[in-house]
Parts: sequence; structure tokens; C-alpha cells
Amino acid sequence: MKQFDLEESGLRALNQALHEQTDSINQVDWHIKNPKGKHAIAVGLDAPINIKIDGSTGYYCGGMNKLAHIYVNGSVGPGAAENMMSGRIIVEGDASQYAGATGNGGLLVIKGNSASRCGISMKGIDIVVHGNVGQMSAFMGQSGNLVVLGDAGEALGDSLYEAKLFIKGSVQSLGTDCVEKEMRPEHLKTLSILLAEAEADAKPEDFRRYGSARELYHFKIDNASDY
Amino acid sequence: MLEKKVLKSATFSDPVNAEIRRAARTGIYDIRGGGAKRSVPHFDDLLFLGASISRYPLEGYREKCGTNVTLGTRFAKKPIELNIPITVAGMSFGALSGPAKEALGRGATAAGTSTTTGDGGMTKEERKYSKTLIYQYLPSRYGMNPDDLRNCDAIEVVVGQGAKPGGGGMLLGQKISDRVAEMRTLPAGIDQRSACRHPDWTGPDDLEIKILELREITNWEKPVFVKVGGSRPFFDTTLAVKAGADAVVLDGMQGGTAATQDVFIENVGLPTLACIRPAVQALQELGLHRKVQLIISGGIRNGADVAKALALGADAVSIGTAALIAIGDNDPKWEKEYKDLGTVPGAYDSWHEGHDPAGITTPDPALTARLNPINAGKLLSNYLKVMTLEAQTIARACGKNHVHNLEPEDLCALTIEAAAMAGVPLAGTNWVPGSGSF
Repeated sequence: MKQFDLEESGLRALNQALHEQTDSINQVDWHIKNPKGKHAIAVGLDAPINIKIDGSTGYYCGGMNKLAHIYVNGSVGPGAAENMMSGRIIVEGDASQYAGATGNGGLLVIKGNSASRCGISMKGIDIVVHGNVGQMSAFMGQSGNLVVLGDAGEALGDSLYEAKLFIKGSVQSLGTDCVEKEMRPEHLKTLSILLAEAEADAKPEDFRRYGSARELYHFKIDNASDY
Repeated sequence: MLEKKVLKSATFSDPVNAEIRRAARTGIYDIRGGGAKRSVPHFDDLLFLGASISRYPLEGYREKCGTNVTLGTRFAKKPIELNIPITVAGMSFGALSGPAKEALGRGATAAGTSTTTGDGGMTKEERKYSKTLIYQYLPSRYGMNPDDLRNCDAIEVVVGQGAKPGGGGMLLGQKISDRVAEMRTLPAGIDQRSACRHPDWTGPDDLEIKILELREITNWEKPVFVKVGGSRPFFDTTLAVKAGADAVVLDGMQGGTAATQDVFIENVGLPTLACIRPAVQALQELGLHRKVQLIISGGIRNGADVAKALALGADAVSIGTAALIAIGDNDPKWEKEYKDLGTVPGAYDSWHEGHDPAGITTPDPALTARLNPINAGKLLSNYLKVMTLEAQTIARACGKNHVHNLEPEDLCALTIEAAAMAGVPLAGTNWVPGSGSF
């Protein structure tokens, strides 16, 4: 395992070394020490490598990740896994706002809570939050799945497109054009797979599904108060 | 018997009343493309003084007058080098047809300059035909991916645009073909809303961290531009620079959009002319004028506009609407079809409806087939070269051996308003109204 002390060697050297794994992998396992809240750690990766970050990170940890598996033994700042394309990011602690924003693919697991706007404009990513999510989560969510084992804050799924939301706890309020929908067998199957991958101890049958009412898909003056 | 005077209201004029009736009838605000159509102080209100006894001109066809510009010299490992100080602005695939995007790439490349993606991502065609391609990083993040980020030549973080500073956008369902829908990860045929602010950052402190992330992802190779709509150019330029921008793109209210509410286009933002002086002053106060490049857009039409923008302190200009006109938008040869759409050449702005007879702002295969991208590219390169020659002509007449050596001292203004906005003397006087801090 390659040891990397971020305080000693700096962010640029780390990301450069990780990017060099794209063309040919010479080190599969990486252990990063002393992140100390630094921003943009392990961003833009494009290789099937494993990274363990020991400590908490700042903004955009794992941003635009492809293929890599990143484990954060701590909490993450805003925009963790933003625009992720594939791979997996697991956060042992909590996540600040915008976790998984605009993500296109891969799996983001947050074992603690996730603050406001978790999964904003998500485009295919799967997000599993073991705790609660804050207000406006999955705002304008386009595709993918948001699974929450705890509670959801105000305006869940506001202006939602085709992302699917599965909530086990309470929902403080639904956003505009977000409605509860029938949980069909295919949804239970999807949920079962995601819960297993996220090592989440919950039964799919205990969740409720929310999605788009599709009333905002075409402009109507009678919906003006919702715009 | 005295005849009663017929007097219409200046407030409730015929056009105003027609719009009231239209709103009542349709129940929707008027949406259109393009930029502000209202008359505002513009580059036409400035004149160059030209050489005289106090300074001598350069020989028009003998003495060199440079036009090249380098963008992104502040932090990027690989700044972009352009032969001319005129770039092609961001316009999306979706708003524009595939052949139109190809034509812009071909034309810009032939003229030695760059073109820019738009909301909706980068198409293979525009990458193929654009030697230098700037990749826009927009609030919607439609089509955004790290491969294209590394495959571009510069990144433009779009905070706003001149036609609608503070506003988002909506590409109406009739223009959402299967390919456009796939690129944006949304169902075909539905209205696609573009958010007005970025999903994962707010404010200048966050922007600095976002720029850091983009630089780290691209190993600090790509120049990072920040584009803002003209509203508070002094402060926006200052904050963009402090956030780490390599270049600032400043778009005035005459700058076009694919589709926005008419009331927004005509009532929000600053005229382009009013944007330049505050932005240049911000750069000068930071000691970064000519080190962080300033790119001005919004209503640039000819070489005189280019020369005036540069003289006021810009490093380059960008064109959108003018580029579309060059490749055939609103061409009188489609007069009958424009009339069938209820308009005339020169006034067609329903770009969002997807019926453009010129095949530029439409996804309709029958219409897009009308635009030959090779011929249209040639038209654009001709136009860009003519504008460059015009700017050179003026620069030589002012005694400059590079268009960047033009300066405010070469200009005067025809109106008090233009003098105040541009910070140059009213013609025939030494009076510069409006000087002071912001």
C-alpha cells in the first residue's frame, strides 16, 4: 500500500500521482494521511484503484471520480463526489451540503447524515445515506436513486425529473412536483441491491418511494405559482 | 366646429397595448432569442481621433500591426494562443443545430481563433472542427464530464450572461431531439430547465475552491475563464480575479441568448459599453490589467466595435449573434418563410420554437440540411478576417503597431452618456463626465 502524507507532500503532488495511474496502474492501494479538511482531494481520478483517506476532508472530495473506490474515514465537506461518473465513495462520517451533486453514475454511501441539497441535479448516481438528509435534497434530480434510511428535510425532490427517491423515515415536506408513488417489485429489487451494496441494515419494504408528478414538464400558466 | 384632437398615450402606446393583449390572450410571457433590442449607448457613440501632427500613423499595407492574443497567462500551464482578438461565444448544441456548430468550429479555426461549447455539453463534431475549443462549465452541468474537461483547451465557468444576468434558462420541449435529450440525461420532448446558479457552490469564496478543483482535475493545464453578465462589472471582475480566474468574460445586455423572457432581456443588465471601464478599473486596481485577460461580448458587429473595446482596455472580444448572422441567420433569401412565421428577415427571434428557415436554431433535419457547414464556415472565417482587417486599419491610423496598443486616449464620445460610460472625453472637449469610484 502506498502511503501518502498530505501535509508533507501537498495536494498537487497527490492528485498528480493519482492521475498518473490512469495510463498504467503501478499502485492499486493508497493510504492518505493528514487530509485536515483540505479541498479537492482525489479529484478527477480515472483508474480502478482503492484509496483510504484517514480523516476529514474539505470541499469536493472525490469530485468527478471515475472507477476509483474511495473510503473516507471521517466526514466530508461540501460537494463530495460531485459529478461522479462511476466507482464508489464511502464516507464513514457526515457529509456537508451538495453531496453527490450532478453525479452521473457510481455509488456514494454516507454512513452519517448528509446536509442540504444532497443529490442536487443528480444525473444517474446512486446515493445511500444511513442517516438523515437536509432540505431541498434531490432538487431537480434527473436520474439515479437517492436512498435515505433516516428522515428527509423540507422540500424533498423539488422540481424533480426522473430521479427516484426512497425514504425510510419521515419527510418534513415534499417539494414542488414531487409526489409519493407506488412501490413496485422492480423498485424493491433496486432498493435491495443498493442497501446490500451500502451495507445498510434495513428492509426494502420499510421504505416509501417518491418521484416526479411530471406536471412541470411543459410550461402551463396555471402552474405559475409553482415556477 | 373645432375638430377633436386624436391623441394616443405615450405610456400606453400601440406596441405596449399589443403586448398587453398578447399576454391576456396567451397566458404566457413573451419568450424569444437574441439580446436587448432597445436602443442603448453603444460603440457607435464613440469615435477614434486618428493620427495628426502630434502623432503619426502607420503605413496601411507596409507596417505591421499585430492582432494576436494569448489568453490564460496567469496560472494555466497551457494558455491559448489566438491569431485574432475575436472569439466565438458559447452557444449550445440543442439551441443550435449540429451543422451550425460545425460551421462555427470550421470558421473560427480557419480564422485562427476559438469557439465555445454551451449548455448541453461538447459534441464530437465541434471538438473535431474547432482547433481551439473552450468548454463551458454551467449551472445545469448538462453533459459535463471529466473526459471532455481534459479534452478542451480552456474552461469557462459561466456565472451569468448579458441577456439575463441572474437568470437561468429553459430549452423548450420542441427542440429536445433524442440526441439532445441523451446528452442532457433527460427525457426527449420535455422542457429542460437550466438553473440560474451552480448546484455546488455559492459566492466568491466557494468559487475559488471550485476553480481549484477544476485546476486539480486538469493538472493546472487549462486556462480557467469566468463569465459574468454585465450588472456590477467592477465588483464581479474583482471577485472573479480574487477567486483565481485566468480571464474574465464580460457580456453586456446586447449579448444574445437562445431563449429567455423578453421582459428579462430588455430590463435587466447593463449595456456593453457601460461594462468595460469598471472592469478595466478593477483589473488596474488589482495590478492585473493585461495579466488577467478581459474578453468583452454583447453587440460586437464590426472591426470598429472590436477596436473600441480593445482601446477601452479589453484584451479580446467575443461574438455570438453576429456569427449566426454571418452564417445565414435572418438572411433575406428566406423572406417568404419568415413571413409565413409571422415575421420578417432581421426580426426573427423565435429561436426557441425550432422552425428557423436558415437551419441554424432548429433540430428539424429538413431545415438543418439547408445549412452547408463548409460553406457557412467559410462565411464566418471571411467575416472574422474582415473584422480583424478593419480593427487593424483603425489601429494603424492611430499609430499603433498592435491592436492592443489602442488606448482610451484614442477615443472621444458623441454623447454625454457614452462619454460617462466609456470614460472618454465628449467630442471637442476635455470633459469626461461620470468619473469617480463605484
